[in-house]
Amino acid sequence: MSITRRHMLLLLPAAAIAWKHVLAGAPEASPNYKLSEHWWGMLIDIPKCIGCGNCVRACETENDVPDGYFRTWVERYHVTDYDIENPHVDSPDGAKKGFPPTKELGGKNFFVPKLCNHCADSPCTQVCPVGATFISPDGVVLVDKKYCLGCRYCVQACPYGCRFINPKTETAEKCTLCYHRITKGLTTACCESCPTGARQLADLKNPNDPIHEFLKTHSVQVLKPYMATHAKLFYNGLDGSVR
Amino acid sequence: MTAFKDAGHVFRLVAVFAVGVMVFVGVRAFLVPKSFGQYGHYRGDALADIAARPVAFAGHQACEDCHADVLEKKKSGRHAHVNCEACHGPLAKHVDDPGSVQPPKLDTAVLCVRCHEANTAKPKGFPQVASAEHSTGLPCDTCHQPHSPAIDTGKTEETAKATTGGTK
Amino acid sequence: MPGVEGFMYPNEIELQWSVLIVLYPFLTGLVAGAFILASLERVFQVQAVKPTYRLALLTALAFLLVAPLPLQLHLGHPERSYEMYLTPHRTSAMAMFGFVYLWYLMAVLVFEIWLDYRRDIVVLSQTTTGWKRLVYRVMTLGSSNISERALHVDERVGWVITIVGIPSAFLLHGYVGFIFGSIKANPWWSTPLMPVVFIFSAMVSGIAAVMLIYMLVTWSRKETINMDCVDTVARYLFYTFIIDFSLEMLDLIHRIYESDESFRSLDFMVHTKLYMSHIVVQIVLGTVVPIVLLGLTQVLRLGEMARKRIYALAGCLTLVGIFAMRWNVVIGGQLFSKSFLGYTTYKMGLVTREGLLVAIVLTVLPLVILWVLVKLLPPWPEKNSGSLPEAVPAH
Repeated sequence: MSITRRHMLLLLPAAAIAWKHVLAGAPEASPNYKLSEHWWGMLIDIPKCIGCGNCVRACETENDVPDGYFRTWVERYHVTDYDIENPHVDSPDGAKKGFPPTKELGGKNFFVPKLCNHCADSPCTQVCPVGATFISPDGVVLVDKKYCLGCRYCVQACPYGCRFINPKTETAEKCTLCYHRITKGLTTACCESCPTGARQLADLKNPNDPIHEFLKTHSVQVLKPYMATHAKLFYNGLDGSVR
Repeated sequence: MTAFKDAGHVFRLVAVFAVGVMVFVGVRAFLVPKSFGQYGHYRGDALADIAARPVAFAGHQACEDCHADVLEKKKSGRHAHVNCEACHGPLAKHVDDPGSVQPPKLDTAVLCVRCHEANTAKPKGFPQVASAEHSTGLPCDTCHQPHSPAIDTGKTEETAKATTGGTK
Repeated sequence: MPGVEGFMYPNEIELQWSVLIVLYPFLTGLVAGAFILASLERVFQVQAVKPTYRLALLTALAFLLVAPLPLQLHLGHPERSYEMYLTPHRTSAMAMFGFVYLWYLMAVLVFEIWLDYRRDIVVLSQTTTGWKRLVYRVMTLGSSNISERALHVDERVGWVITIVGIPSAFLLHGYVGFIFGSIKANPWWSTPLMPVVFIFSAMVSGIAAVMLIYMLVTWSRKETINMDCVDTVARYLFYTFIIDFSLEMLDLIHRIYESDESFRSLDFMVHTKLYMSHIVVQIVLGTVVPIVLLGLTQVLRLGEMARKRIYALAGCLTLVGIFAMRWNVVIGGQLFSKSFLGYTTYKMGLVTREGLLVAIVLTVLPLVILWVLVKLLPPWPEKNSGSLPEAVPAH
């Protein structure tokens, strides 16, 4: 559809309304956001993930993620029959360009998106020597890159491999749950660009959030529960072979 | 006190240490960031720093405010829940200045296969094809309208006959 | 992916902690071990090792001064490292580094060395000339009291400092073991034995280092090596080694027996990627051979020359073996994936900020500093020169 000048005159007011949804700048612009009213998490619906890699690309664009490092990535699993302790796993460039056709035939195959679990009892914030990484009052584990020393202790302490050191800032970095978006009423970049709804942002403190109903009606798991990190990244349909 | 008569030198060293500690405590008061400890053991201002990042994806709500006609077409088709920027990419800049920032034209031959190329790891019920055989090199929008991809069979056969001389 | 076998989480492929982080526990281990040897004489009255007392303290100081350097070079923002003093995070073992280091440096090592050398410092401040005189005068802190009572006070306070110093030395090196041992995410590191293994291997390396330095320095001064001293030091090295080896074997046997989720991946790693550094260098050359050699000297009556040669060889192999142990812990812990499905490779740079050249310089630097310290504060009375007319250890 081509936009003529007449269209523009009609559309400009609509654009102004649209812009209300797209605020850039400090949270003063979102005065209604109260930290104590939110406790963020995310739901990953494994049976819906098609391994398209949209999330990885969207995150890279939204957050300027350096090449070769990943705030989120997708893994592809191939499980042969009952041998669930020896899956074949691959994640070519974190699935930034999707996946090539599966070479292995038969067995069970599926995709698993991964990102920071925003653990309520995170081992990474426990080990930071100066308090540069922390969990915010609204449940998001964040890194203060103006304070981080780059000692890499948090990277070692994360059981899920979701942290890295940004080579440009020489500080620790990871998924921020698009904090700059969710504090303005938007969803994360990965959830926005997921075509199948396999990723859903969840506000656990919001009684109307669909996650509560979902948790009641589905079998839901977290990664490495024995680590007792109290992860807030919930997986529907997570197979026992998933590492 | 005779016990400390010849211990003056020890007290001197202890005094040097004590002065060091006091200097440290004094300097510390200046150097610790003011907002540290506001919410926990971290710089409270960090929350604002992190939240101040400009967004790249506008969010589908912003698109739908202007492009209601596309929304209309999309909402009854199979792509009803596929957000605009999932295909069109990040468009916050376009929303900010619709006139001068135009979204790039998409190449369906490259775009659609990202999701719909057949792969055994994809859920069985998900529509997927081996693109080489399925479209014999034609771009997907030859037959499919991306905003509502279900095919009008009449149009398909017509196009197929016209381009390849046979059905798919 | 070059250098990657199997599957690794994408962010795990590059190693986080380099050879500099291998070097740091090696250096603080030498500090702790040298100090424990010195305290053997001071607190446990093992008179035979007295000739190594001052040398052990200076060795500890030389290595302690260099210890923060590998850490600073490794940090992404070394200019922010003062934050550990401003806002130490109480739940982080690493946060205590700054305080434990300063405490050990000032309240233990510097204090003890000062007290032990004070008489000589005062004498030197009166007998030397030029800039050296100024240095010694500053070190006296303005007090020239070396009366009998003052020296007795030094001795008593020094004894207390040594008592305090022993747990401080354990803390200085033990916390490093805890830094690794408390990481539940890494099964190669996570064990309550880690601080204990670190401390005992530190004692082994420290004792071996002081023994070697004593033998080398005495030989270079063309003095006779006190065999009683060296035999005793070697005996303590042997005992400590037995304990260290037992602890490491306990860990190994426990792992093999329990054979938990991580075992297969770790076992494969030890037999392939870590074969040379773990099996050959650390266990065989660095532990079993020195133990056997030292054991021979305990069981057989060997001549002085033979014993000296064995001690020298065992000492060198020990130091190499303990360095290999740090390597296997630090580097080994990062070579396998936390998914237990793959392995990566450590690409050590040569002339980069965290590369081999820097590691070599940082290993040699303490010896250079020790040389300066020995010149400044000679550990032994000079027989013929006039610089230290009555320089005798304070106690």
